[in-house]
Amino acid sequence: MLKYLPLGDKAFLVKIGNGISPETHIKVQNFSKLLEEKKLKGIIEVTPAYNEILISYDPGVLNYKKLISELRELEKEKINLYAELKRIIHIPVCYEAEYAPDLEMVASLNDISINEVVKIHASNEYLVYMLGFTPGFCYLGGMNEKIATPRKETPRTSIEAGSVGIAGKQTGIYPIDSPGGWQIIGKTPLKLFNPKSEPHFFIEPGCYLKFYRISKIEFESIKMQVEQNSFAIKIEAKNE
Amino acid sequence: MNKIRIIKPGLLSTIQDAGRWGFQKYGMPVSGAMDLYSLKLANELVGNDPSEACIEATMNGPSVEFLHDCYISVCGADMQAIINGNSIEMYRTILVNKGSNLSFKGLKTGLRSYIAFAGGVNVPLVMGSKSTYLRGKIGGFHGRKLQKGDEIEIGTYNKNLDFKKILKNKIPVFKDHFVARIIPGPEANCFTVKGLADFLNSEYTLTEQCDRMGYRLAGTKIEHKLSADIISSGIAFGTVQVPSHGEPIIMMADRQTIGGYARIGNIISEDLPYLAQLKPGDKIRFKEIKLNEI
Repeated sequence: MLKYLPLGDKAFLVKIGNGISPETHIKVQNFSKLLEEKKLKGIIEVTPAYNEILISYDPGVLNYKKLISELRELEKEKINLYAELKRIIHIPVCYEAEYAPDLEMVASLNDISINEVVKIHASNEYLVYMLGFTPGFCYLGGMNEKIATPRKETPRTSIEAGSVGIAGKQTGIYPIDSPGGWQIIGKTPLKLFNPKSEPHFFIEPGCYLKFYRISKIEFESIKMQVEQNSFAIKIEAKNE
Repeated sequence: MNKIRIIKPGLLSTIQDAGRWGFQKYGMPVSGAMDLYSLKLANELVGNDPSEACIEATMNGPSVEFLHDCYISVCGADMQAIINGNSIEMYRTILVNKGSNLSFKGLKTGLRSYIAFAGGVNVPLVMGSKSTYLRGKIGGFHGRKLQKGDEIEIGTYNKNLDFKKILKNKIPVFKDHFVARIIPGPEANCFTVKGLADFLNSEYTLTEQCDRMGYRLAGTKIEHKLSADIISSGIAFGTVQVPSHGEPIIMMADRQTIGGYARIGNIISEDLPYLAQLKPGDKIRFKEIKLNEI
């Protein structure tokens, strides 16, 4: 049985597991997708995280007790909606010095070459556990610890959207211009967040990201295509 | 097309509706009016949908010129609204003639006023909402706070609108102290007995670090049993988080979607409008309430 915990009088949490793991993640995504598909009356929004799902609801439509009992029924359904999410999205990244002010630092702190850092960074498939923090920011799992690097002691006041960074054992992409302390090792010309046109976000929790190296010339060319909405992002099904 | 022109923007005036729902799973904050009750009242008075966008004025209000006749209403904080120099009543429908000027003499009570326009505010819907999300630079009027010279379109409306007044017993009274009712949160058991007692028995002061995103409070430090950090997870309007420094933070309209600190509780929705009207230096106490007691 799942655990239900109120978060005020208009939201509650469904607690699925106790830690961060791909297994818990699959359960979280399965139940979230099921709730999205069922479109239960009274539920406004479903926000999955690592091991919990936040459900925003309108108590004027359906009260907490009734909602929970409906969800308890749904728990019994054996479903695997997760399979649909499993795809790899290929993210072009330019790792050249102009866009990678901290790449040398990451290499020297880990005692490997710049080339190796890039090779390692671009070889793994990263699971998108969830999105949050800023619009379009992905919490990624699966970075090789050989390139783990502590955050910068003094955060930068502004990091441009698209910058790819490392903080501790995590890697991520800044979706909007924001201050931050991540070690910046590259930049993608893709826009993770498009407020003006749909889809507003092309990355969903549950999919995988894989980075591939592009040159500065390719960066400029893709950037232009992105602005003209003509760039086709490479997406493939993920096989086990 | 009916229009208004901003002569002076005031400290922080933004377009806000009832929020941008449906994109939190992508990390998109809800935003929307800080005081949703005043937003609703203001809209009711001019025949709008209760969640239509208004101007949310903060601390000191804007000066607005009307380029056409328009019905308006002002609800929320009392900033002493005047039209062409004459005081006007809040919480009622007001007909403003073309060429008139709405301004505010100064803040008396509360912090945020809502100016509703019959027919609503004609800014584009961004991801289903007209709300301004300042950090993301989206929504509202070009994703920013209002500036001098901005001309904003107002919607069309019924010219024979009934004049309405909000009943006195429905008008909230804003003071410089407030007791917020709070439902224990998922990590309430991460605090020591002393910590929880301190939280519920102390008076906290709203610090200068308070904006549409969240309020930092100063006061008795709340003791955790072990750690203040949790596996990052969802937060709601009014969630009270306690980081390791022990002083609570209340998450407000522009809150990020995910938080990483122990959630000691969540203020009930009925009390959030009062919280939205507090100023730095104002006092807050917390009173525990169970969900089934609301």
